Amino acid sequence: MSERPMQGMIKLSLGAMSPALWVAAACVLVVLVCTIGGAAVAPGSPDVQRLLVGDTPPSAEFWAGTDKLGRDVLARTVVGARTALIGPTVVAAGAFTVATVLGLLAGYFGGWIDSVIMRGVDIILALPGPLIAIVVVGVTGGGYWTAVSVLVVLFVAPDTRIVRSAVLVQRSQPYIEAARIQNIPRHRILFVHILPNVMPIILSYAVLDFAFALVNLAGLSFLGLGVEPGTADWGRMLFENRNILFTNPTALLLPAAMIVVTAGSINMLGDRIREAVAK
Amino acid sequence: MNHSLTRYLALRLFATIPLLLVISILVFVLVHLAPGDAASALSGGRAISQEAMDALRAKYHLDEPMVMQYVLWLGDAVTGDFGTSVQTRQPVATAVLDRAPLSLWLTFYATVIVLGAGVPLGLAAALRRGSRMDRSVVTLSVFGVSTPAFVSGLFLLYYLGFVAGLFPVFGTGRDGGFLIQAWHLTLPALALALAVMAIVVKITRAAVIEEMEKDYVAFARARGVPERRIVLSYLLRNALVPVVTAASVIVVATMAGAIYVEITFALPGLGSLLVDAVRQRDIPVIQGATLFFSLFVIVVNVLTDILYVVIDPRIQFGKAAR
Repeated sequence: MSERPMQGMIKLSLGAMSPALWVAAACVLVVLVCTIGGAAVAPGSPDVQRLLVGDTPPSAEFWAGTDKLGRDVLARTVVGARTALIGPTVVAAGAFTVATVLGLLAGYFGGWIDSVIMRGVDIILALPGPLIAIVVVGVTGGGYWTAVSVLVVLFVAPDTRIVRSAVLVQRSQPYIEAARIQNIPRHRILFVHILPNVMPIILSYAVLDFAFALVNLAGLSFLGLGVEPGTADWGRMLFENRNILFTNPTALLLPAAMIVVTAGSINMLGDRIREAVAK
Repeated sequence: MNHSLTRYLALRLFATIPLLLVISILVFVLVHLAPGDAASALSGGRAISQEAMDALRAKYHLDEPMVMQYVLWLGDAVTGDFGTSVQTRQPVATAVLDRAPLSLWLTFYATVIVLGAGVPLGLAAALRRGSRMDRSVVTLSVFGVSTPAFVSGLFLLYYLGFVAGLFPVFGTGRDGGFLIQAWHLTLPALALALAVMAIVVKITRAAVIEEMEKDYVAFARARGVPERRIVLSYLLRNALVPVVTAASVIVVATMAGAIYVEITFALPGLGSLLVDAVRQRDIPVIQGATLFFSLFVIVVNVLTDILYVVIDPRIQFGKAAR
């Protein structure tokens, strides 16, 4: 691993990108614009109801048609980018922040600290995660942010394993031994010497966490357990529009496609970053 | 060998008990700490008389401390009594056993598709590494991993079921014969299989590529072993070990996918039983169904550990390569 892995990473991602990766990056950019712009970039209001119009197939006025309450499906899909990106960002960032601290401690100190942390990780990993998420979010009725918190807890376990094994690789390197001999304080070795060197690995896996969280959060909303009723959210749209599949299929197929395109693009970019980091 | 197998199985099954206890305690605590009174949830939100309420409190031991409540529930559960559903008044054990066959069929059907198509695809991609076919398999598997079962289910339901009219869009064909049932379950099984298949394709491809570089393959070629034999009984067999290692990931993904698929296709399986129970806070059903799901995952995991030895006799029981 080079001394400044971050630099190498950036060079690689701009240098050798296949056309498919450029398409993926463009898709992510579009979703990002929708997230930041929200209703401002939507073709119309996502919440105006037209009960007399009801669910209609795509038309010149509403490019993706309307849902049962006569709301503009395209506008709702654009605005839905927000819950699709914000939650997974919090999950990936939250899980890896906790996992980084735990992984650094477990990997560097070893001994009983390692045992305690890793047994906790083993217990969480043994649980059937998606099932627990459904039960916890459903029973507490907590909605979106409860779902986000549950996913953080579930994701911390595998992430801690990743960070720990990356730290173990660094710990046996000569530069750490040199730092120890110089009597550099332990917290400095951990956060100034080791952390920057495991950061590329952490970031590349965080991208994959993000995509996985997106799919999971959409799933909970699809079951009617995630976001609040009425929220413009891709998973929630699948739940609310499930009865109009045969009258306005676009109301389901568009948000469904958005979930796949967004998660798939991010996964593709994540895989590429991971390959670059592994070299 | 047989003796060690029995011993190993007994040990493994014994080790699952603490895990089941942890899961049941977790669910129990959760359900009882959740907002809202347990008694009113158990009455199904209906206004009932004071006597009926008292009877309910006595039946579910709601006046005992929580630890006692759990112990009493556990005592009943061990004898197969999981209480009765608040919504349907059906005993939970009956409801679970009624709906389990459909879910088992669905996951079995999907697993056949996953292994039957996923392993050959991964193998074919690895053998023609770098070709256009390989690249499309890799790209498709990245998107497959990102496609939750409810999304692929929706597309299959609309395009193959509704637009093309090839498959039924509703019902389980429960009253029909085997073929009619299989026909009804094809789209759900396919939706469930796609996401999981992507994982299997990725792992198989990576494993075959790794094995291809090994010396034994070069030696086998040098000895003039037929290519067919090298691929099928040398490469594939060794490449299957990582697939089996990932079995627990695959099993959990399949099980979670089955819940979503059952909702998408409105199939009355265990998944829809659980989701309905969660939506209505049907406490006894939530507890029973969660436990059954967890048991299912654990049993399948133990079975796949046995598969290890069938595929790779060098691995000894209890020392499975992890």
